[in-house]
Amino acid sequence: MEPVEKKYTVTVPEKKFTVTIPRNAVISALVIVGLYVVLSLLRQQGVITPYWGLIMDLALITTISATGLSLIYGFAGQFSLGHAAFYGIGAYVAAFITKTYGATTVNFALGLAAGALAAAVIGFLVGLPILRLRSDYLGIATLGFGVIVKVLLDNSDKLSKTLGGSMGMLGIPRLTTFAWVFWLAVAVLLIARNLVNSSHGRVCITVREDEIAADIMGIDTTRYKMLAFTLGCGMAGLGGGLYAHLYTFLHPSSFEFLKSFDVLLIVVLGGLGSLTGTVVAGIGVVFLQEALRGVLGQQFLEWRGVVYALALIVLMILRPQGLMGGWEFSIDRLLQRRPKGGSARGAA
Amino acid sequence: MGQLLEQVVNGLQLGFVYALIAVGYTMVYGIIKLINFAHGDVIMVGAFVTFFGLVRGIPWPVAILAAMVACAVLGVIIERLAYRPLREKGAPRIAALITAIGVSLFLENFASLHIAFGPDHRQFPEVIPHIQWKLAGVTVTSIQVLIIVSTLLLVAILQLVVYRTKIGKAMRAVSLDMDAARLMGINVNQVIAFTFAVGSALAAAAGALLAAAYPQIWPYMGIMPGLKAFTAAVLGGIGSIPGALLGAVLMGQAEVLTAAYLTTDFKDAVAFALLILVLLVRPAGLLGKAGPEKV
Amino acid sequence: MKRVLAGLLAASVFVLAACGGTSTQNTNTGPSTSPAPNSSAGSDSGSGGGSGEKVIKIGLIAPLTGDVKTFGESSQKGFELALEQAGYKAGDYRIEYVSGDDKGDATEGINIATRMVTQDGVKAIIGSVTSNVTIPVSQVANDNKIPMITGTATAAGVTVNDDGTRKPFIFRACFIDPFQGKVAARFALENLGVKTAAVFYDRGNPYTVGLTEAFKAEFQAGGGQIVAEQAYAEGDTDFSAVMTNVAAQQPEMLYLPDYYNKVSLLARAAKEKGLNVPMLGGDGWDSTELDFATLEGNYFTAHYSSDDPSPAVQKFVQEFEAKFGHKPDSFAALTYDATNILLEAIRVANTDDTDQIRQAIQDIKDFQAVGGSLSFDENGNPIKPATILKVRADGTYEFVTIVNP
Repeated sequence: MEPVEKKYTVTVPEKKFTVTIPRNAVISALVIVGLYVVLSLLRQQGVITPYWGLIMDLALITTISATGLSLIYGFAGQFSLGHAAFYGIGAYVAAFITKTYGATTVNFALGLAAGALAAAVIGFLVGLPILRLRSDYLGIATLGFGVIVKVLLDNSDKLSKTLGGSMGMLGIPRLTTFAWVFWLAVAVLLIARNLVNSSHGRVCITVREDEIAADIMGIDTTRYKMLAFTLGCGMAGLGGGLYAHLYTFLHPSSFEFLKSFDVLLIVVLGGLGSLTGTVVAGIGVVFLQEALRGVLGQQFLEWRGVVYALALIVLMILRPQGLMGGWEFSIDRLLQRRPKGGSARGAA
Repeated sequence: MGQLLEQVVNGLQLGFVYALIAVGYTMVYGIIKLINFAHGDVIMVGAFVTFFGLVRGIPWPVAILAAMVACAVLGVIIERLAYRPLREKGAPRIAALITAIGVSLFLENFASLHIAFGPDHRQFPEVIPHIQWKLAGVTVTSIQVLIIVSTLLLVAILQLVVYRTKIGKAMRAVSLDMDAARLMGINVNQVIAFTFAVGSALAAAAGALLAAAYPQIWPYMGIMPGLKAFTAAVLGGIGSIPGALLGAVLMGQAEVLTAAYLTTDFKDAVAFALLILVLLVRPAGLLGKAGPEKV
Repeated sequence: MKRVLAGLLAASVFVLAACGGTSTQNTNTGPSTSPAPNSSAGSDSGSGGGSGEKVIKIGLIAPLTGDVKTFGESSQKGFELALEQAGYKAGDYRIEYVSGDDKGDATEGINIATRMVTQDGVKAIIGSVTSNVTIPVSQVANDNKIPMITGTATAAGVTVNDDGTRKPFIFRACFIDPFQGKVAARFALENLGVKTAAVFYDRGNPYTVGLTEAFKAEFQAGGGQIVAEQAYAEGDTDFSAVMTNVAAQQPEMLYLPDYYNKVSLLARAAKEKGLNVPMLGGDGWDSTELDFATLEGNYFTAHYSSDDPSPAVQKFVQEFEAKFGHKPDSFAALTYDATNILLEAIRVANTDDTDQIRQAIQDIKDFQAVGGSLSFDENGNPIKPATILKVRADGTYEFVTIVNP
């Protein structure tokens, strides 16, 4: 099944050990580092203006969160409509830490970790009873959870003045930089991809495809659903923490249930079961929304929402499987030489 | 004690409005397993159409009937244009769901255009003269009576249609097993269109009553009631009409009693927490059929 | 790693494509009959700001779509009327403007503000409308040394930081909640002569929360008693439960400091439960869609009275109605004032140096705004009087009194 991979061998004479690194991994790593360097330079030189830089950061943050939902829904088939709530939890926890303990890089890292962890833990606790429910009921239950979280956020100043309650949380130190966002996005995608390709991931896909069959096969479906859900919520929390330290202001209305639809749309548009699709849709949607600002013209501003809704409907009718519909881009496939007359391999 | 009773009556008003909406949701879900997110916005259209009728001096029963007809047509159009193509393609259910969200957004945004209804909150004219009675120390208003009576009447008519008519039988057959029904010669598309028409007509009536009770209409007025009503339908067991009624009445009580005796801040949270609790104990809802899933 | 790579490559393509299309926003320079932007009579330079042409670009940020679209549109109308009346000129400068839609969302607000300030060359901002968007936007403006005047955002955090320090570039044209709430409490105690009150507020709306806090403080300081304090949520329409509770407490008056839409429903619910007591509110009542029938005979604190014979007010009300076909509301009036203040400051400073414009705004004294004579205090808040109006069933207001700070 695995194509024969070209590898590099590094031998260290004195110590006599060999490390083999798959060639494709090296190429991928180089390209990613190269991309980072190029984008950083462009940003530094002002070719990518502060405004577009901000949008780029937002796009990557959205992608991190969307990847989480992609794991939960795209791969494990759990219809969660409460994703924005976990994003919010991560945001508030991370911001609380940097505001209370000072705006240092260490605190920032701790805050992000705490935010992601808090979201994951709460996801775990919520998931334990709720994931038993069937798909549509699960959707409503998670939506309900999202509403509950928003109400709690509105009243958060009763817990601690710093959290701001309905006035919002102000003055969060601006610690998120392109470097943080880029490398965390890469890390999250790496984790996601490795999960999907592992045996754990294959189980999740089995659960999505036919939960009853999986059950009969003796698979502990709950365990795998919980894994995907907890991890996915943690990713949302991480995204939230990054968001808080970029926009420096949090208001509960940014995390209401309607925002969960936005993330869901990205995952579905990108195509279920495709990380590539999620990434493309995540980045694309954010950029398009900004780029389209000037397009329609003053008088037709209010038509923007109508056009967006119509485009959504048409897109779903014409291509219900989403843009990438279960297909993944793969360097392996691109670089590997096909055997003569052989069929394409590795279709996801 | 009088105060408690009065709060219960308050809850009934709210609950019955939710009930009318919930029944429409549950009908559509029962038949094609779709959460029609656009249902809440059909409520809004119904309210606006009634408004335009009332403003022109048309008597209110006629205005509401006109709204029901208009929304029935709207419902059929939506089904035909947005949901049927997906059904025929065999698309995954999530695609229909996303389309439903798209339709909902479209209706809301279109309605808020200036050439349509406009974004302002408008004052809804008085439907029936405002009378209050004191029964057993509790204030009951004419509006409350109107809502309860109308809802019960409409739901009774619905039950009659579903259980005593041929098309009702067809609806039940399709909701039980679409393919088998098709094999039995039932025109499934027609039945589905009819279901949407009826559900949307009920939504229109709900919209008019909602506007009569809380006399303000605006393009986004359907979101919250739609969500709460859907939750109520799930609470009672989605696909079951009596379940929708029960769930809605319970939701109404939960909301009002929390607002009255605990704190208004948390009333939405409590309503949803209640839902989650019920689902954990009875995963198919209170009156839902928790039958084994056939493979 | 491979898929990540692919995705990021695709994204980079997007980025580069989008970057190319940045200059597609609309620059407005006057009535729609004028030709392409940046061109004007007498100047034939191709791009804007050519030889001798002095232009200042200002930006409007408002919720032009979304839930509070109606407030954003009013705001925009006030803005446009002010510019039109000034002939799109201030001092030696021609004024161009861009409008940005913040959709009522903080993230969008920051995006559009960043764009205006770092990319579109905007020198001053008017906006936004609600506090939850205005606070983050003010941060962007202040950090980039761009003067900003909001017409309607009332939360204290707009002009001052978390730690109490001032954001020097940020001002507002409306009185802040503490003042308005205080005026209402005084009116209740002295003019209405009531001793007990019930207050209602929207938990998620800093405007209502601020007014309620201020009212409570002053009312209690004056010997009054708050017998009931009820919070409700933004999406609520049913207030029967809350009103039943409050009716049992028998307050002598109700304080309803929310926008006209909520107030109409609250008042109606109150009447249904037998609470036929005086009701008092804030400037959010000011709208043509208020339920005048139910609220007849009740009072609210306002920025101005359209019956005020002063030339500033009449000019505003009449020309607004002539241009837009309906009466203005407080959002339009306040944004109109904010815009005029900015124009005046530019006129006085006669430079496009933003720091000097800022100083000019700060130094404004006794400016004849629609809302009365206005000067700024050290926190960028206006010192101006409040008017108390009484609601009439026919949709007009009766002037009751004016309260000076």
